[in-house]
Amino acid sequence: MHDEGTFTVKAGLAEMLKGGVIMDVVTPEQAKIAEQAGACAVMALERVPADIRRDGGVARMSDPEMISGIQQVVTIPVMAKARIGHFVEAQVLQALEVDYVDESEVLTPADEAHHIDKWAFTVPFVCGAKNLGEALRRIGEGAAMLRSKGEAGTGDIVEAVRHMRMITGEIRRLTTLQPSELASAAKELQAPVELVREVASSGKLPVVLFCAGGIATPADAALMMALGAEGVFVGSGIFKSDDPPARARAIVEATTHWQDPERLASASRGLGAPMTSLESSKLSPEELLAGRGW
Amino acid sequence: MGARPDAPLIGVLALQGGFAAHERALRCLGARVRQVRVPGDLEGLEGLVIPGGESTTMTLGIEREGLAQPLRQLVASGVRVLGSCAGLIMLDREHLGLMDIRAERNAFGRQIRSFETDLQLDGLEGGPLRAIFIRAPWIAQAGPAVQVLASVDGHPVAAREGEILAVAFHAELTDDLRLHRWLLKDGSLAGAAASNG
Repeated sequence: MHDEGTFTVKAGLAEMLKGGVIMDVVTPEQAKIAEQAGACAVMALERVPADIRRDGGVARMSDPEMISGIQQVVTIPVMAKARIGHFVEAQVLQALEVDYVDESEVLTPADEAHHIDKWAFTVPFVCGAKNLGEALRRIGEGAAMLRSKGEAGTGDIVEAVRHMRMITGEIRRLTTLQPSELASAAKELQAPVELVREVASSGKLPVVLFCAGGIATPADAALMMALGAEGVFVGSGIFKSDDPPARARAIVEATTHWQDPERLASASRGLGAPMTSLESSKLSPEELLAGRGW
Repeated sequence: MGARPDAPLIGVLALQGGFAAHERALRCLGARVRQVRVPGDLEGLEGLVIPGGESTTMTLGIEREGLAQPLRQLVASGVRVLGSCAGLIMLDREHLGLMDIRAERNAFGRQIRSFETDLQLDGLEGGPLRAIFIRAPWIAQAGPAVQVLASVDGHPVAAREGEILAVAFHAELTDDLRLHRWLLKDGSLAGAAASNG
């Protein structure tokens, strides 16, 4: 009678997050600040990407104790990250009843060949993608929500823009092809042909697409919405800035009013300094997180 | 395909949440649709949808935009309103106070308890609809003017009070447009007799 864990139910939660901001938080206090600023969900993790980058070493799923602590203080959805391919971390997160699992390149990958079989879970998954092929492979594995990867922990928007333009551009290209050309397009994209056909006919992904990786200001969030994101993840950008509550509120406002430059101007005033940023193009290839996953 | 210029103009609250799915459903039925983010967007509306989303985010957005009073005035003018999931919460006594109900948030549990099921609404012609419950609320308490139209496990999940219909689930995520037809005054539901204004 009650069908739980259906794809409609999984993808439906992402539908309800649209137009919202999902904020990385590392403590219950930060989670409260995020909720009171209007976040539509929080991502519970031990270290924000900027700190993972600084500390180095292996980054893993967070301590269940801290995830539960955050679940206890907020009523908005709580997400948490598992390593790419680490299906046992995902099982643990499902047992904790997190609302979404992020199979994330921000953590150190656990499997170099296989992503998690996300169909095997009741909890929904969000995954990162740099291009359409990667996006459709993740959906083929059962992801119910996607985010463009960007380059986490940098505060540099350029990679997020590159990935979002790549995904939306490749979708537009598919819509111009004839049906007879789609099998070959699927081969080039290394994506399931049924999903390629679906995208070619609808002109959009079959799941909600957010953006992530590099958003530091209200204008960054609005830029990504204008480029086709349906909502934004902000990792280090809020709690590594001078005034997290004000910046969090401003990014929420900018995500709602992304088409209104006057509102963006007022939202951007007096927020103090943004996070300390890194220019993505100055990072060495092994420092780039977006290359993880395939 | 554009709507006819004389088609009803329906507002969909678009501060955050699943407003696009409602917009699609309404456009399918030929309505004109306007996204509502600021009070000025309420001008001339002939119907209103409060979609699903995060009720905390929406509450803060309504506060930031000064939308509570203008929304109450619009509803007092007699337009039809459809609220789904978080929309039901926004309609309750503790939020906009447009319905004499108290919503229990996330009543069915976290996301892994989210579900879909066939549900018959009282007076809805055409049989049960597919109801998608996502971290859904239920109605914990309802006043005498409220007519409960459906329940799940003994908890009311759809109710009507005059021209306002609140459902705890998402019909807009399916192709069933009957609730949106009702909003456009093209379709029946129980409770019309209970409406005295």
